[in-house]
Amino acid sequence: MNNMNMILPLAIYLVLVFAVAVWGKRAAAKTSDAKGFLEEYFLGGRSMGGFVLAMAVITTYTSASSFVGGPGVAYKLGLGWILLAMIQVPTAFLTLGVLGKKFAIVSRKVNAVTITEYLRARYKNELVVVIASLAILVFFMASMLAQFIGGARLFQTVTGYPYLVGLIIFGITVVIYTTVGGFRAVVITDTIQGCVMICASVALLWAVVSAGGGMEKIMAVLRETDPALLTPTGPGNAIPRPFILSFWVLVGFAVLGLPQTTQKCLGFRDARSMNNGMIIGTFVVGFLMLTMHLVGALGRAVLPGIEVGDLAVPTITVKLLSPFWAGVFIAGPLAAIMSTVDSMLIISSAAIVKDLYHHHAVKKNLPVTPEKLGRMSLIVTAVIGAIVFLAALRPPSLLVWINLFAFGGLEAVFFWPTVLGLYWKRANAAGALLSMTVGCGTFFWLMIGKIQVGGTHQIVPTIVAALAAFILGSYIGKKPDEETLAAFWGRE
Amino acid sequence: MKFKEDSRYRRANREAVISLGMYVLFFAWWYFTAYGLGSGDPAGYSYVFGLPSWFFYSCIVGYIGISLVVWAVVRLFFSEDSIEGTDPDGTEGSQG
Repeated sequence: MNNMNMILPLAIYLVLVFAVAVWGKRAAAKTSDAKGFLEEYFLGGRSMGGFVLAMAVITTYTSASSFVGGPGVAYKLGLGWILLAMIQVPTAFLTLGVLGKKFAIVSRKVNAVTITEYLRARYKNELVVVIASLAILVFFMASMLAQFIGGARLFQTVTGYPYLVGLIIFGITVVIYTTVGGFRAVVITDTIQGCVMICASVALLWAVVSAGGGMEKIMAVLRETDPALLTPTGPGNAIPRPFILSFWVLVGFAVLGLPQTTQKCLGFRDARSMNNGMIIGTFVVGFLMLTMHLVGALGRAVLPGIEVGDLAVPTITVKLLSPFWAGVFIAGPLAAIMSTVDSMLIISSAAIVKDLYHHHAVKKNLPVTPEKLGRMSLIVTAVIGAIVFLAALRPPSLLVWINLFAFGGLEAVFFWPTVLGLYWKRANAAGALLSMTVGCGTFFWLMIGKIQVGGTHQIVPTIVAALAAFILGSYIGKKPDEETLAAFWGRE
Repeated sequence: MKFKEDSRYRRANREAVISLGMYVLFFAWWYFTAYGLGSGDPAGYSYVFGLPSWFFYSCIVGYIGISLVVWAVVRLFFSEDSIEGTDPDGTEGSQG
């Protein structure tokens, strides 16, 4: 019976998400040609306003790790881990402020719907496109898998229903609404999911603080448990300074390389939307990071003795909230997961349909009707979703590892080609190719060999090596031709 | 170069630099409040609203502060001009 109470708000929520996705599909502009269809299905016709843009960037960025994994570490290491999480506050204003406006103008000039298409137009090199598409498919599949597994485990822990039930409920939901509704459904549901995430985090933090008898009391308990929980470096110097500073790269400025967030820069309506997106996005992402990680850190004083970090948030939820409110809360992390998966799913599908198939069809003058592309887009999206879903049925146990690998790997591949392509006229295909391969290779080598330079995370030397490779390659290779430069920098 | 550069890029570049500036500002505040106030023995910490002062200033004030800074800076210095593919007022661009 208790479980039913918990499932009810969740069911209502999922039905709502479905309804909105279908409504978004109806609202979509009718398109008569193939180009129009692709821009609509994969980019929502570039129509995002400020609030939707902010939510789309933020919810895609915040995943299971911000709702479960991160707060779980904060439970073990205290306030120092919240300090680390707050490094992510600038995500929205940095992404939009540095890339947004120029990306928006350039992508309209060269008709780019995806990041890969932008790279194709800028570097005019098939190998760059193939590496970019492969990186997107491999890393996104790994991340989506990790998200699915995380979500299903969470569902299992909180509700007591089997892993499979959770996986089916939200896995199928996200795959279907993304397949049917395309980008427009993705961003509209992201917006709702962002609001659910905010409500869920506030409810849980409020429950923790009141259960602990107020902030001062909670801090006193933590001080008694271990005074180091109140320091920036954590118990036993678990968060040393070089380590935390390298997160200014990993979840700091290198997020400018993540295709799932930078792609949103192609989809907003006008400059006002982008400006508002920066303001709202900064406020919302900081709010979510702060409240959720506080739940973890303060939860230690209220419910001590939870051994596995990933169980901290689910346990706190079940113990402190009534079943109904626990059901409302659990919608938060599931929303975080679904809103990350849907964006990755639609971009993976675009990588196949748009970047690989449509481009070659156009080149070879094959007839491409909107109907055919429509069918194909739907099928490809559904198939990728189904593959990830099936893989999650027998999950490999390396959740966090895969996820971190994918995150840094995407940055290693995309960071410099994306940023320098916009801001450096000398940037060329040789530089991009060298940067992508050297970056990715370095990252894999350092991660697998567990090699650290000066106590920093592996992403730091990776980004440096990728930059060196980019500059070297660009000076070895030919200057970009006048036509490319004029297309990107010219007035027309 | 034979082509004339899109006049809006100067503004876009300036806005990118301003964004980076805000990023550096946030980093400096984050770093110096956290390690400046929080490096000593936790027994000697002072508290604001029940929270250790380093945490209060670095994570709470820092977050609210940067949100306000972004709001003000974007409203004051960021243009809301066209982002369409063609430069609408290319003729004035060369004078800035």
